[in-house]
Amino acid sequence: MSTTVQPPAPGKKVNRIGLEPVAYRGGKTTLCAGCGHNAITERIIDAFYDLGVEPTDVVKLSGIGCSSKSPAYFLGSAHGFNSVHGRMPSVSTGAVVANRKMIAIGVSGDGDTGAIGVGQFVHLMRRNLPMIYIIEDNGCYGLTKGQFSPTADLGSKQKSGVINDLPPIDTCTLAIELGASFVARSFSGDPKQLKAILKAAISHRGTCMIDVLSPCVTFNDHEGSTKSYQYAKDHEEPVADMDYVPFFEEISVDYNPGTTTAVTLHDGSKLLLTKLNEQYNPTDKSAALSLLRETSTRGEFATGILYLEPDKQDFVDLLGLVDEPLAFLDESKLRPGRAALQEIMESFR
Amino acid sequence: MPETDLLAPEAPSAARNQRVVNNFAIQVATVNGSGSQTANLVLLRSIFQMGVPVSGKNMFPSNIAGLPTWYTIRASANGYLGRKKEVDFLIAMNPETAREDVLTLAPGAAVVFDEPLKLADLRKDLVFYPVPFDKLVTGLTTDAKLRRPVRNMLYDGVLSRLLSIDMAQMEHAIRKQLGRKQKAIDLNLGALKIGYDYAAANLPKQDPFVIEPMDKTQGMILIEGNAAAAIGCMMAGVTVVGWYPITPSSSLCESLIDYLKKYRRDETTGKATYAVIQAEDEIAALGMVIGAGWMGARAMTSTAGPGISLMSEFTGLGYYAEVPAVIFDVQRAGPSTGLPTRTGQQDVLSTAFLSHGDTKHPLLLPASVNECYTMAMDAFDVAERLQTPVFVLTDLDLGMNTWMSDPFQYPTKPFDRGKRLDADTLKRLGSFGRYRDVDGDGIPYRTVPGDGMPAFFTRGSGHNELAQYSERADDYAKNLDRLDRKFETARTLVPKPEVDLVDGGRVGLIAYGTTHWAIVESRDQLRAEHGFTTSYLRLRAYPFSEEVAAFIDACDRVYVVEQNRDGQMASLLKLDSTLERFAKIRSIRHYIGLPIDGRSVTTELLRQEGR
Repeated sequence: MSTTVQPPAPGKKVNRIGLEPVAYRGGKTTLCAGCGHNAITERIIDAFYDLGVEPTDVVKLSGIGCSSKSPAYFLGSAHGFNSVHGRMPSVSTGAVVANRKMIAIGVSGDGDTGAIGVGQFVHLMRRNLPMIYIIEDNGCYGLTKGQFSPTADLGSKQKSGVINDLPPIDTCTLAIELGASFVARSFSGDPKQLKAILKAAISHRGTCMIDVLSPCVTFNDHEGSTKSYQYAKDHEEPVADMDYVPFFEEISVDYNPGTTTAVTLHDGSKLLLTKLNEQYNPTDKSAALSLLRETSTRGEFATGILYLEPDKQDFVDLLGLVDEPLAFLDESKLRPGRAALQEIMESFR
Repeated sequence: MPETDLLAPEAPSAARNQRVVNNFAIQVATVNGSGSQTANLVLLRSIFQMGVPVSGKNMFPSNIAGLPTWYTIRASANGYLGRKKEVDFLIAMNPETAREDVLTLAPGAAVVFDEPLKLADLRKDLVFYPVPFDKLVTGLTTDAKLRRPVRNMLYDGVLSRLLSIDMAQMEHAIRKQLGRKQKAIDLNLGALKIGYDYAAANLPKQDPFVIEPMDKTQGMILIEGNAAAAIGCMMAGVTVVGWYPITPSSSLCESLIDYLKKYRRDETTGKATYAVIQAEDEIAALGMVIGAGWMGARAMTSTAGPGISLMSEFTGLGYYAEVPAVIFDVQRAGPSTGLPTRTGQQDVLSTAFLSHGDTKHPLLLPASVNECYTMAMDAFDVAERLQTPVFVLTDLDLGMNTWMSDPFQYPTKPFDRGKRLDADTLKRLGSFGRYRDVDGDGIPYRTVPGDGMPAFFTRGSGHNELAQYSERADDYAKNLDRLDRKFETARTLVPKPEVDLVDGGRVGLIAYGTTHWAIVESRDQLRAEHGFTTSYLRLRAYPFSEEVAAFIDACDRVYVVEQNRDGQMASLLKLDSTLERFAKIRSIRHYIGLPIDGRSVTTELLRQEGR
């Protein structure tokens, strides 16, 4: 967890802690060319680079599926854990409480989250565990060749012609209802918005649930799919234009005060929202839920930060843990003395 | 109750005219939720305080209130702590079961019963003591709500008189049990005296059973195995606990929470040096443990059979990704929901090989409350040393029943955090390969997030020595072979068996866990009643260390005694045996949901031996 601030080599592009972009990259992707997930990986790299987060201060977690492979493709010098299908939330919960100093980012898919993992997802949101939880949402199971997932829209068509006849689960609605303190939706093909959301998420403490529509170019990017590039581009409805100013930068941009709101995140960073819809307030839970319902009725995706509760107590605070990571406490802190054992023994005499 | 006990009852403990001192079993038959637990524990504790070895076993239904429950207290001058098959002294309080409870007693037994139940005509060969409980309790309190629990204290008073249990000890036990609740203490002391006085005036002693003071419990404690394990986990420095309520394991984590709250707060800030998370299910409970273990914390969970089934997938991940985890399995009778409030040793094979693919896991097998304590500490050391999930198998009998024990000793061994890479080691090795066997013991070096050492990517998919994704045949096979080598190393790290190889004892007994207590008693019976000397090995862990093979070699044949239908440990031993040893292994099994007793072992051993 050392902060390696090195003087930048002349002529090289470095961030505020002196690291080059390559320090934020991982292994070469093995996903299909054009896969939305690769674009998300790029934005994750950008966001961590831009904010100058030390890669070794991050842990990457995932379940199983195409999306869950992607933590191997960014922040190569960070520890990663590709766990079991649908169970990334519980592994993350154990990991985060064991070392509260690490920044946890989890990548899941719509099947991994909405089907096999929905039970654990629900309880992660409920606990408001401090972590970033990304769903790379393509409405299908890519790694097992295109079956519908629970986020596939009613009436959407599989490549083979099969029609989905069950309504989708809206993971954002679920997350807001259940207690996540930062809920956003974006589109893998919208780099500007996605990067701003990710940067704000890195600054927020609490569960940051980000559902990113990410078309599957192999199995679900055709006419008739509501998770195709074309559909997403046509039906994306941003709730606000956003910009993000980290705590270490002065807000110097002159925003139109009539339409801009600044939300302060826990570390002092500012999220600047220029509203497209004057009535929309991301800290209003009911408004967020109504917006999701209304847009989905119209077949549209509301994108942006849908819900934000900047000061909500997170799970680590709730547990009242010591500041030092539990994982690094030594025997002197962990094994009570002889007097304690004696007192306990006395209670059983 | 003995209806479920399909084995024939034993002859009465003694003839009616002979005094039976400190060697009999008292059974209280009541309904659950009636508040009898205080009265039962006071009775147990009073006998204990008189210096008489004693054990208490609760047989309760999977229900909160209104179903039959039996509590058995065994006084044993010889210190036998196992179940005694026959009941000598029955307290019949439950109208539902009273008839059957009386009909299944052995001749010569005594019965204290609630007078309106009119049980005295049922048998001519028993001693009956009618007590009008309702009438006696009305004089004690006008509060109807208090009558039911206090009613039970009346039988303690009656027994104090009939069995010569010192009233002063009873009083002391009530105060100990009820703490500072003065009103409750006064009420119970009143009931105790009314019961005693009633017996003194109306019930002349006709049975042979009596408690006399001894000096065999000095300095000892009375404790349940789950509490003992909880103390062990705390002393082992557990920092992350993920758990899901399930009988009979819940009280392990609940006790642990109490102890952690009290003894594991930072001295200056008062903040917690632990995190306990009640998970959404057992899958998540183990997931949290694996996540925390991967992060470098000492993490554990506690469960029973159905939870073990749910933990299967994560256990395989822990094995293959090499993440330490400690899993307590307080076994109960299965399969499926089975008999959730009854005991058994039925998860031996399922835990040893839990999960898909080639997997095997170390098992620690405590037999006593003291071992629940020490093996909790061993389990964390072994898990971190081997970087793998380790199971501690106890059972309902050990976990939830009350056992006497010497007080637990303060640990002398420091934590073993296993092979963690540091700068010096990295320099010596030249480079880091997460799954490279540099020492030849199958155990690689490990790094954890935030330790400043090189990172790696953890996955349950195929990987090479450098933790890179690999589907190569040689990488895969090499890794599996190394894991096998690691398991061989485990043989030398787990607790060794306890061996009593006796001259002339060519027939060997092998047992583990709570079955031990039946073996102790059975060996004495075999020697005293049949001149039959046996040798004995008590398994304390799997994989088996070399002493096990040596013991089988030294015997003509061995009987593996255990509490399951299929002889699971016998099978595990056979898998590990040469043909010669395999042929020597026989099996004695007990699976009625109640703890195994010595007499059943003796009877079955003699039958198989043709004696």
